[in-house]
Amino acid sequence: MMIHLIILTTIVIAALWTIMTRSLLRAAIGLAAVSAALSVMMFRLSAPLAAVFELSVCTGLISVLFVSAISLTRSMTMDEVLQHAKERMRRFWFLPVLAVLVGIGVSFIHSTAAVRLPAPETVHDVRIVLWHLRRLDIIGQVIILLAGAFGVMILFKETK
Amino acid sequence: MASFLIIAPLLGVLALNVGFKSLMKRCAFWVAAAFALLQLAMVFLPITHLFGVKVGQFGTFLVLPLAIDGLSLTLFFCIGIILLVTLMIVKSSKSDPDAHFTIFNLLLIILSGLNGIVAVTDIFSLYVFLEIVAVASFILIASGQDQDAFEGAFKYIILSAVASALILSAIALLVLITGSTSFAVIHAALAGGAHGRIVIAAVVLLIAGFCIKGGLVPFHGWLPDAYMSAPAGISVLLAGIVTKTAGIYPLVRLLASVIGISRPVGSILLIVGTVSIVIGALAAMGQRDMKRMLAYSSISQMGYILLGLGCGSWFGFVGAVFHLFNHAIFKSLLFVNSASVESQTGTRDMASMGGLAARMPISGATSIIAALSAAGVPPLAGFWSKLIIIIALWLGGYHLYAVIAVLASVLTLAYLLSMQRMVFFGKINETYAAIEEARGGLVISALVLAAITVGVGVLFPFVMKYFMMPGLYIR
Amino acid sequence: MTAAAGSLDLLWFFGPFIAMLFIIGFYCIFATYNLIRALIGVELLIKAVTLLSVVVGYISGYTALTQALIITMIVIEVVVMVVAIGIILGVRRFNATLDVRNLRNLKG
Repeated sequence: MMIHLIILTTIVIAALWTIMTRSLLRAAIGLAAVSAALSVMMFRLSAPLAAVFELSVCTGLISVLFVSAISLTRSMTMDEVLQHAKERMRRFWFLPVLAVLVGIGVSFIHSTAAVRLPAPETVHDVRIVLWHLRRLDIIGQVIILLAGAFGVMILFKETK
Repeated sequence: MASFLIIAPLLGVLALNVGFKSLMKRCAFWVAAAFALLQLAMVFLPITHLFGVKVGQFGTFLVLPLAIDGLSLTLFFCIGIILLVTLMIVKSSKSDPDAHFTIFNLLLIILSGLNGIVAVTDIFSLYVFLEIVAVASFILIASGQDQDAFEGAFKYIILSAVASALILSAIALLVLITGSTSFAVIHAALAGGAHGRIVIAAVVLLIAGFCIKGGLVPFHGWLPDAYMSAPAGISVLLAGIVTKTAGIYPLVRLLASVIGISRPVGSILLIVGTVSIVIGALAAMGQRDMKRMLAYSSISQMGYILLGLGCGSWFGFVGAVFHLFNHAIFKSLLFVNSASVESQTGTRDMASMGGLAARMPISGATSIIAALSAAGVPPLAGFWSKLIIIIALWLGGYHLYAVIAVLASVLTLAYLLSMQRMVFFGKINETYAAIEEARGGLVISALVLAAITVGVGVLFPFVMKYFMMPGLYIR
Repeated sequence: MTAAAGSLDLLWFFGPFIAMLFIIGFYCIFATYNLIRALIGVELLIKAVTLLSVVVGYISGYTALTQALIITMIVIEVVVMVVAIGIILGVRRFNATLDVRNLRNLKG
């Protein structure tokens, strides 16, 4: 229980840092930190395969994507950045506080209704589930990757 | 048949891309059109066995959990027709053939995705195909390559991602309670009715998510911008079928067949529907840009479908599905006309146009037909579907909603007729005195869609008896 | 893959953190001036949903099913991000700082 609490607090603190930090690059790194902590959480909650996917794809691929996108765009000058950060803090200072308060509030709502959990699972191997039971999803993944490939063809073309 | 409709367009994409480049670039349109026509044919003559082999079962690998019923067939028909119209419009627009090739491939992928949404029996697979359609739409909107296109596409991405997060949360909660994502299992588990709070949370999240996808008030912020900034043919696709299949159809399927429409859920639908109708109509009245007005009008008409659904009765359900079909046809027709006008005059600003009917007779005539159908004027198709919805509301005891629906119909007539007057009638603006009727694809599409509107309206008793009654069911 | 860890009280233990992640994600999307930050907010929302799915799998014991769902979700997320970055590059051609307030016409 303690370990879970520590990992969860790490996730939330990393997320808060991600949105409040001024530089975009640090925000991307913060996102990678959130993904890494989430991946550790998934290991602890008996979801090892998904944890590996999350670690390699989200912490790795997506962070690289973001960093390359950030480096391709012109960053605002330092005064502009500070100006924006101050404005944002002034207008929305209450929102991080609200987030923490809502979190604490939700923890006090206990449902007393009797929710029946479903019957235990029949197939325990992820590989079998993925390949046999969720075949339609695999086909869907293939289709969406195809669509992504065409998108890259259109969007990343060099313009004169 | 269902797995054929999903896998076949993919085989088309594959065939187009592994071959001889220059030949394939010229054939792309015909291949895509062939698949759309094949789909239309299969709606009326369901082919299950071809040369003694069961179609769609390519060995045991492709035994997929899909199902078809009358509602699915109606949607397959709409998807086929509107995809055909979009193909014709894209082909006749001036653009380089390389971009066209990619667009035709993406249209085949969207065909596969839309068919998938309609045919699945599993809520997570529904989400997967929803995302396929969404990704293909983003790319198609951005294919316009101008500033508006990119900005509209980005706004759509953000709101679509928010909606997906909400829908996924609902799916997670349903898995918690029922242990599976398939429609049948969820329906059986929820029929016991002992799950209270978590089910309500899941239903609220689902409704919110799909309302964002479908562009209903108060989540309609992305819709006018995305419709406006998309290239001409893609607007027809978006307005005619994508928003409906991705937003309204899952609501219809999930609420009517899987979760069931209880009084509170029905009330939520009625309220969202009424607000959408009113706000959409009011916002449409003040617009100068043709496409923007049509976008707000779409929001308004979606509200009618929700009203029909919210009644909870079989009659309301029939009305909702029929209105979905009609809206696909007449709204696409209006967008086709706007594309014709834009391609010939180069502008979408209605205040600067006028009297175009003399120079563009076909566009003018079909536009009048579409406007009258949208406003619910007999004997066109729109009148019948609105009538059914209003009667269902009245019989269900929702007298106030019925009255609002009728009044909004009058508003619809008002702004659509004002659009007609501004664009097609009145004194002709000098700058546009020399234009001609739009080119091939646009005109053919307009004529086909107008024919369907008039045909379905006039032959309504026949349509009702042979297509609607046996085809629809509600569990 | 172990069996169910059972009780629904775990949901109320994880719930606050998931809710916080959701709110942080929404805040990031709607309170920012930069398009890339909006995408980071979307990513945070997806992380929140992933965490919810994992917790649901742990509580109900359906670890294999939820892992399969999460893997599919991650694949879809990657494709959406790639396309979104492509569109941002397109916006960048016209609007070099990716400042939301410079987005031209999209009002009303």
